[in-house]
Amino acid sequence: MHRYIVTRLLLAIPTLAGAAALVFILMRLIPGDVCVIRLGSGGAHVDQGALALCREQLGLDQSMVVQFLLFLKNYAMFDFGISMWSGNPVWQEILIRLPVSLEVAILATVIAVLLAIPLGTLSALRENSKLDHVVRVVAIAGIATPSFWLGIMSLILVLNVSSMITGTPWLPPIDYVPLWQDPIRNLSIVLLPAITVGYRYSAVTMRLTRSAMLEVMREDYIRTARAKGLLEQIVVNRHALKNALLPVVTLIGIEFAFLIGGLVITEQVFNLNGIGRLLVQAVQNQDNVLAQALVMLIVLVFVVVNLVVDVLYAWLDPRIRYS
Amino acid sequence: MSVRTGAGIALSLLTAFAFTPAGAEQPKQGGTLTYVIPADAPPSLDAHRETTYATIHTAAPYYSVLIRVPPDNPASTTEFVCDLCTEMPKPTDDGKTWTFKIRDNVKFHDGSKLTAKDVALSWQYIVKPPKGVVSARQSFYEMVDSVNATDDSTVVFKLKYATAAFLPALADPYAWIYKKEILEKDPHWYEKNIMGSGPFKLVKIEVGQSITGERNKDYYLKGRPYLDGIVGIFAEKQSVRTDALKADRASIEFRGLPPSARDQLTKELGDKIWVQDSDWNCGNILTPNHQKKPFDDVRVRKALALAIDQWKGAPALSKIANVRTVGGIVFPGSPLAATKEELQTMPGYWPDIEKSRAEAKKLLKEAGAEGLKFELLNRNVDQPYKFVGTWVIGEWKKIGLNVEQKVVPTGPWFSNMRAGTFDVAMEANCQSVVNPVLDTGKYLPHRVFPDNYGYYDDPKSVELYEAMQKETDPAKLRVAMRAYEKHTLDTEVHEIVLPYWYRIVMGRSYVKGWKISPSHYLNQDLANIWLDK
Repeated sequence: MHRYIVTRLLLAIPTLAGAAALVFILMRLIPGDVCVIRLGSGGAHVDQGALALCREQLGLDQSMVVQFLLFLKNYAMFDFGISMWSGNPVWQEILIRLPVSLEVAILATVIAVLLAIPLGTLSALRENSKLDHVVRVVAIAGIATPSFWLGIMSLILVLNVSSMITGTPWLPPIDYVPLWQDPIRNLSIVLLPAITVGYRYSAVTMRLTRSAMLEVMREDYIRTARAKGLLEQIVVNRHALKNALLPVVTLIGIEFAFLIGGLVITEQVFNLNGIGRLLVQAVQNQDNVLAQALVMLIVLVFVVVNLVVDVLYAWLDPRIRYS
Repeated sequence: MSVRTGAGIALSLLTAFAFTPAGAEQPKQGGTLTYVIPADAPPSLDAHRETTYATIHTAAPYYSVLIRVPPDNPASTTEFVCDLCTEMPKPTDDGKTWTFKIRDNVKFHDGSKLTAKDVALSWQYIVKPPKGVVSARQSFYEMVDSVNATDDSTVVFKLKYATAAFLPALADPYAWIYKKEILEKDPHWYEKNIMGSGPFKLVKIEVGQSITGERNKDYYLKGRPYLDGIVGIFAEKQSVRTDALKADRASIEFRGLPPSARDQLTKELGDKIWVQDSDWNCGNILTPNHQKKPFDDVRVRKALALAIDQWKGAPALSKIANVRTVGGIVFPGSPLAATKEELQTMPGYWPDIEKSRAEAKKLLKEAGAEGLKFELLNRNVDQPYKFVGTWVIGEWKKIGLNVEQKVVPTGPWFSNMRAGTFDVAMEANCQSVVNPVLDTGKYLPHRVFPDNYGYYDDPKSVELYEAMQKETDPAKLRVAMRAYEKHTLDTEVHEIVLPYWYRIVMGRSYVKGWKISPSHYLNQDLANIWLDK
């Protein structure tokens, strides 16, 4: 197993290198550069001397090949560079935002798993019952509803309901406070986005849990287990659910990885200073250095999460062995 | 400038408030003002090198400037008052020497005394930055020959020529005064740090989240600031800012909200919120690419201008977009701006739109450009770029033109204009202090003013501008400005000026002492604001 993990981690290197090269090229295909945006987006005059100096300071006056070689060299030395926009080290920019994204992703995952697995299982066990219909409607609605829309609606709902009850509209704070500094304020900030994201996440997971369970419940070994006289609870929990969870775990892993950098609009709607918002800013500002680092981070998260999922497979299904 | 509220009763009260001098109502000390900054974060904290309002809204309360627009009357386009100086000087040497006496009771936030040497060095870095230092507005100060501190309390600006552009340029809100010792040691220090002499002292800054300041007890204007503290929260998305105002998570937003947000908030909050609005010293401009046929033909350019019904379009657009007032090349509030009668003599401003469009069709026919198809390059910004772009295309359709709007993000928008790869571009000319001579430099040919993307050469335009640049007599300057304007918008139709932007600022009703200006860059030190609660 250890050897397998090491091999997988080593295989991540070419994946990261490929992603790095791709994002390096793609970012430079966008016309314009960070200096023009920085000095001109106000709509006033762009001083030509200032523009030339800015480009020189950021190395944009060098050829693309030189820039790429420099980029590879720096990454090989774990030097991720300085943000072209803020002038701060990239790792610092990411570290400021990562806790917010991680917290929302973890909370959304917990909400999704707590909702999806029991409801998906029950829905499968009571196929075509009223409960099944309700769960399916809830799941389809969750898949069909964009998280950002749900976010906006939930904020409007909170504002209007609080206004009706107390006469004064209430809204969660819009400036993030870490959990360890003020847990109540922190939860009041992240709970709503986590619920709105978690709902869509749970809907997808719920559908998959249901279909996986339906498939497993028709397997011969389930019939055998029942014929042996095992309690239905044991049949479901020990034999059916554990097997049905294999694709569900994969989905949970991929969704979690996606949430780290993919909550672009949700983070904007709730004014969360997270990785998704930072990535959009980096692309908008044509901050190539920061955008590259963020894409690399997201790729790394996907690689690690996939590895964790593969390791979990072995735990869920003892027949799976890695070497 | 006017003030409106959502509730009828509150309207009269608040109108009275808006036009009441700041001292008329007794300001209360204390409290913390929370305001939203419509940006994710400024690129750096050094205003000398940045051009975005995000830097101003973030850090202006921590700095002083030499002179500024009057905080009690920021709508004035001609009045300037001292901040660090003791009194506004009269120029000597035929308008070429300006001597400023500096207050002797000013301390930086680290406790050290601010002297004329700090002021002089800050200005030297703006006017002629040393190697490796970016000064974003260096070209504004081409008239400045030298800046020197003759002693600890005197700063002398010597100009190459007298010009009406100097004083407004000196009131630039980005011209923060830094500490000489720090600048000399590390000219980049201020990019990441704040240490000024303004009404507030920095407590903490959380990147992309918020900036917190506390009252500067040693502030040189006694009794100011009124607030104990300020918190600026970065909120790029408009819905977040309006929701924050609604739920009182923030008390004010200084940049400006669109009419829809104003209508919604005034309807829902009534007298709990006030609205101040003003013409904005920003506007969209249509730039035909003179290098591309048929836009090299003045008849085609004139037809483009004649098709647009600005007088009818502006009031209609003002209900949905941040545009309102029809104007020429000078901000409508300035004494140097064209009057309505003067404007109506130029193409694109004729009072009879039917006659105007008939003339446009005739010109297109003469130029062989009937039913012309082309692309309008526009910036991917809703307010007001896309609204205005859509309107203009509708107007052009009325003379048989077939125009497609190409909306691109800021980077490619600039890139296309700089490369000259466009037919007609929707540009913006957005300035801070109303400085007609400098603001209209935008209309000079590209070889003289690289930010002009019309790609025309026009020695006459340069000649007219230079005559204006060195004119200090207001009456003669106005005449010179009219000649330059007529040449730009009528004779050559190098550009088409669209209605000026419309600034709408909203604050909770307990926020007092702040007055709107024609620019979101101005009057942002927050020293006059107090909370009535």
